[in-house]
Amino acid sequence: MGLEQKLGNMGVVTTSLEQAVGWARSNAIWPMLFGLACCAIEMMSTQASNYDMSRFGMELMRASPRQSDLMIVAGRVSRKMAPVLRNLYDQMPDPKWVIAMGDCASCGGVFNNYAVVQGVDEIVPVDVYVAGCPPRPEALIDGILKLQDKIKKEPLTKWQ
Amino acid sequence: MDQSVTTNLGSTVLAALGDAVNDVRIFRDEVTLITTKERVLEVLQHLRDVQHFEMLTDETCVDYYPREPRFGILYQLYSLSRNIRVRVKVMLGEYERTIPTACGVYTAANWLEREIYDLFGITFDGHPDLRRIMMPPGWEGHPLLKENPVKVEEVAFSFNRNRIDAEKPYARE
Ligand code: SF4
Repeated sequence: MGLEQKLGNMGVVTTSLEQAVGWARSNAIWPMLFGLACCAIEMMSTQASNYDMSRFGMELMRASPRQSDLMIVAGRVSRKMAPVLRNLYDQMPDPKWVIAMGDCASCGGVFNNYAVVQGVDEIVPVDVYVAGCPPRPEALIDGILKLQDKIKKEPLTKWQ
Repeated sequence: MDQSVTTNLGSTVLAALGDAVNDVRIFRDEVTLITTKERVLEVLQHLRDVQHFEMLTDETCVDYYPREPRFGILYQLYSLSRNIRVRVKVMLGEYERTIPTACGVYTAANWLEREIYDLFGITFDGHPDLRRIMMPPGWEGHPLLKENPVKVEEVAFSFNRNRIDAEKPYARE
């Protein structure tokens, strides 16, 4: 009673290693808890049962950068927080990605002033920008799906 | 609040402190005592001990540029036992950006004065620990002074976004 008998003849599936790794990586992203302002509330509801981000293999929000692959910067980053954010990013193991969630994280939003960093892309490289103030959970999920597509296409040589 | 309470407060303080208080302004039942930086500690001490204003709710600063005197230091006091409020105001000129600390009278003034120092550059004589509190330690300047621009970044539209994008610092991996 092997697996073959239950499922019939599956044959052989061939793929490139790159695709297999990309597929695995994209479906088990562990985001880091990084709520900084009002956008964090939407990130929480994206996690909660109404929208349920675990459908995409992301149920584990890690409180530690050492265990996470994705940093969702949810909210405005003050100048004082900027070194902390970079430090946490540097502590994340490769491969790692960043989503700038909301207008504030993407470009400073309405806070065009001395205290707020005008977009986290000044500090960390951003993969996906999600627009909105705050973005709806659907928008964040869309951003994450975009990121998954991007990860699937990434060459293995990118992270060495 | 009962109007007589505020009027009484103004006249009793004026009577007790004499020339330490330059002026008493009452606007919509809010009492403001105008004083000088030499006499402000005396006024605060009196308000705390005699008039029972036990609590310093806030201490803040206003930059009235280009008016002279340029800065207004405000002390908001609250009396828990009498449920009334009073405001003490000191004006400082452009070139005298220093005032005695109120930490000896109200301990709560410590961090509030650090905030004023950080954002306006007013120094407090005798303050135990005058460091920045809001901005990062290496920050240059005092961001709430009127000479600072309101916006730090030019707003991008379709006609100028390529230029702004080229000038913007981007992080590397
Ligand atoms: S984009 Fe809007 S909701 Fe998000 S942090 Fe900024 S102000 Fe708050």
